[in-house]
Amino acid sequence: MYNASNLRKGLKILLDKEPYVVVDFQFTKPGKGQALYRCKLRNMINGIMIDRTYRSVDSFESANLEQRKMQYLYNQEGHFYFMDQETYDQSALSVEQVGDAKNFLIDNLEVDVLLFDGIPIGLTLPNFVDLLVTHADPWAKGDSVAGDSKPVTLETGYTLRVPPFIEEGIKITVDTRTGEYVTRVK
Amino acid sequence: MSPGSSDQSSLLERQTLSSKSPTLWLRARLIQAIRHFFTEKNYLEVETPYLIPAPAPEFHIDAVAVGAGFLHTSPELCMKRLLAAGYPRIFQICKCFRQGERGGRHLPEFTLLEWYRAEADYLGLMDECEEMVVFVLEELGLPPVLEVQDKTLDLQRPWLRFTVQEAFEQYASTPLEQAIANGRFDKTLVVEVEPHLGFPKPVFLCNYPSALAALARLSMDDPGVAERFELYLAGVELANAFSELTDPDEQRARFEMEMAKRKQHGKTVYPMPEKFLRALPFMPESAGIALGVDRLVMLLSHQKEIDRVVSFTPEEL
Repeated sequence: MYNASNLRKGLKILLDKEPYVVVDFQFTKPGKGQALYRCKLRNMINGIMIDRTYRSVDSFESANLEQRKMQYLYNQEGHFYFMDQETYDQSALSVEQVGDAKNFLIDNLEVDVLLFDGIPIGLTLPNFVDLLVTHADPWAKGDSVAGDSKPVTLETGYTLRVPPFIEEGIKITVDTRTGEYVTRVK
Repeated sequence: MSPGSSDQSSLLERQTLSSKSPTLWLRARLIQAIRHFFTEKNYLEVETPYLIPAPAPEFHIDAVAVGAGFLHTSPELCMKRLLAAGYPRIFQICKCFRQGERGGRHLPEFTLLEWYRAEADYLGLMDECEEMVVFVLEELGLPPVLEVQDKTLDLQRPWLRFTVQEAFEQYASTPLEQAIANGRFDKTLVVEVEPHLGFPKPVFLCNYPSALAALARLSMDDPGVAERFELYLAGVELANAFSELTDPDEQRARFEMEMAKRKQHGKTVYPMPEKFLRALPFMPESAGIALGVDRLVMLLSHQKEIDRVVSFTPEEL
């Protein structure tokens, strides 16, 4: 159980039987009145944002959430399959639940899968992932329109801009939080 | 931590402070203008102690305990004792302390302008409040019409006056009586009503339900409401005022009620402010108002966060 004075960014609570994360939080208090906590909450299952205002007397259940290390196996018909590293159980996430993370999912990648009441609802990638460049145009000297970078395509189909010396068949490290090039893998 | 990163932090801290320079200049000039306004009108500037033995017992306001006493949450009780002793026009600009109040418009240590006038009621204070803000704008060389958060704030007199009842009828999804009965008055006010108040003209929200005014006089015409107002500018609550309650028995009964609520909720119960109650029968009919100086600076300097208008927030110390 939490009460309103425990509210802060990042806190995960249960509302109407679904898990929500506090993404924004403001304390306010009308003159002579009671303390109020104005929150923006994100539904952790469907991503929908809601606004709620709580009074100090309000309380909340904590959400039964668990993170488990899982290995990415494959995707099929709109679902991505993962295997629990300890139990070897398989879990599936939908394309919507995986979101932009699909740009960095390669076979056997170890990720954290978030479970709510035992059901997978999302995943967290490692901050850095090494990916193979599958397509890169040769660097044309003098073609400086785009400055000192060029677009390449990775094994997942993701395209990004990299320094001109990156060629097809090279592995690069990408920051999964920003989607940007970090370095060439030696 | 390496010496390099410590230098880096120090640089950021100094940059944050120096970036506040225009606001701190405006703040200083604003406080001087306020002093100018009140001294011209023959008000006496007073200072009352910050460290007091008995804060006014209000259910929702928590004082910071220091040693055997408390830091004052407002200078109200001491200033009223001065009124009772024959000082008819007094003002004070001071720091006040309220435990746990921290948000975009709240600091646990903040600056309050408080003034009292004998032989006046809350209607007279509304006029004086308009007069003061307009005077300050002129002294600062600011135009009477400002852009605040992409909206127009027109400070030219006269300002608007709505009763709480009218404001709830217009903006709230729940009738006023029902909101009070359910303990949802504050929430409905903040979420549904406040955002509409004070554009483009400032609004005096007045005649609060009597249950919501610990130190205010009840209206002669309608004892269901207290002669209390809150001033809103551009959705921001700037000041709270009342016609002061001068009946010591009524005042003691209300304090006892607030104390009982504090006790019931496990909050600190303060000693009864006996010297204040003793002085109250000698206090003339009067009206008093507390205005948040930090928030006025916020509005006039176009800052969204109260953090930007003080040199240091508690987190920056």
